[in-house]
Amino acid sequence: MEISAVLFYVFAGLAVISALAMVLNVRNTVAAAMSLVVTMVSIGGIFVLLDAYLVAALQIMVYGGAIVVLFLFVVMLLNLRTDDFPPVGLRLAKLGGGLLVVVVVSAIPRLLGGVFPEIPAAPTGYGGYRALGIALYTDYVLLVEMVSLLLLAAIVGALILAKRKID
Amino acid sequence: MTAVILGVVVGAFAPVITWIERKQSAVMQDRIGANRADIGGITILGLLHPLADVIKLLSKEDVVPTGANRVLHLIAPVIAAVPAIIAYGVIPFGSTYVFGGETISLVVANPDWGFLYIFVIGSIATYGTVIAGWASNNNWSLLGSLRASAQMISYEVTMGLSVVGCFLVYETLKLTDMATAQDTTFRVFGFVEVLFGGELPWWVSQFAVLPQWGIFLQPLGFLMFLTCIMAENKRPPFDLPESESELVAGYFTEYSGMRFGLFFMSEFIEVVVIAGLITTVFLGGWAVPFLSQEWIVDRVGNGFGAFAGFGDGFANGFCMLVHFATFLVKVVAVIWLQMALRWTLPRFRYDQVMDLCWKVMLPLSLVNIFVTAALVLLLGE
Repeated sequence: MEISAVLFYVFAGLAVISALAMVLNVRNTVAAAMSLVVTMVSIGGIFVLLDAYLVAALQIMVYGGAIVVLFLFVVMLLNLRTDDFPPVGLRLAKLGGGLLVVVVVSAIPRLLGGVFPEIPAAPTGYGGYRALGIALYTDYVLLVEMVSLLLLAAIVGALILAKRKID
Repeated sequence: MTAVILGVVVGAFAPVITWIERKQSAVMQDRIGANRADIGGITILGLLHPLADVIKLLSKEDVVPTGANRVLHLIAPVIAAVPAIIAYGVIPFGSTYVFGGETISLVVANPDWGFLYIFVIGSIATYGTVIAGWASNNNWSLLGSLRASAQMISYEVTMGLSVVGCFLVYETLKLTDMATAQDTTFRVFGFVEVLFGGELPWWVSQFAVLPQWGIFLQPLGFLMFLTCIMAENKRPPFDLPESESELVAGYFTEYSGMRFGLFFMSEFIEVVVIAGLITTVFLGGWAVPFLSQEWIVDRVGNGFGAFAGFGDGFANGFCMLVHFATFLVKVVAVIWLQMALRWTLPRFRYDQVMDLCWKVMLPLSLVNIFVTAALVLLLGE
């Protein structure tokens, strides 16, 4: 097997295992958050294998780094202990999850048996910061501006809500 | 190969830096300093202290406090140390040299997105601190790691924005290209000619010349980057996560032996990473001021080398050594600067650290980006 194929299975396996660890560790919030970090970093690794370097970097920086650190910050401020959680009684959610697992597992033989189409080589510069930056600031500039306005509104809204509580 | 050499050099660097720090603080505080550790009466200026440290740390008991999360408590120092060590990978400590048919590049890994790699590593490094404090089951530690997470997240934002100016000027994120772009000079008042037309007196354009280093093109960016990256490293004056006068030792209060040693070492390794990074982005990397690589190779190869019958291989080898020495000198200078700042400035108050980041440096870095972008557009290089 090629090295990239081996790496893909390593990262994919890590992502699945750590995602499972996150769900199963639901009572130990910090351990769950750390498992989430491992999931994010392994997905970042898969992006690297796909030549999408910028997306990989953003994946680890934003999702693996900043956002989960904020989760941890909140978790640590609340200082939750295991017995703070009510017993889990979501029968419907469990049923749905079980069904989903059955569907995914039954799809695996089909996926393994299929023939993958030949993937054309990516053009030079594909997935780099340059290509993405040019696309964002020429073709999609309106969307970028709209999203930034939305984020600004969200920040201002959060500040106002927080201030109202203090006053 | 380069990775092995780098590993050895870096491994040797960190203990030496603890010695430098002790000696420098002693000099700055008018003390004699580290001079007690000896083997048979030989002290070698206190250079045996790092050795004594390691023996002490390795022989101490490794304690996990009661009620702590055992697994997370044990792996937290590793999460802190590994990013610090692997961050060296993308910092070039020399240019590219040709020996016969072979090209040697003095950098371990050289991705196009080199600088993003540093940010990625930096964002992962936060977890070591955060997890260490939480997994210790100690309120001091928890407070320390809360401070650490807030501080590191905040300064990461500003750190990213403060170097965007450099990305605009060099038009790359690749660290080797950044260093190469600084291996030349620029006319300080050249922009006057472009903006207002006319010609400057010859003595101005002839002598007002500086190496094209980041520190001259982006002075504000340099100051902000230095501040942010020192805050990221959590050393004084930004050592609120471990401030010993209020939080015992902050997030590593409950660590002993070599696990404490790992936190300690990762801080010092980061000092070297910071020095390497600042050297590469703002101080010209391996470039010798006013003497470009072409010039050195040409002079040595066609002048002295050709005369002595060595030729190009010798010229390139000589150039490589000169560049490596230059890089090392600059790195040591930045390390010295960091140590001097650490022993000069008192610790900030927590709200001052946050105000500095969000109310002073964030707006300033945005202004810096705007001005730089406008100038790059107007001057067109």
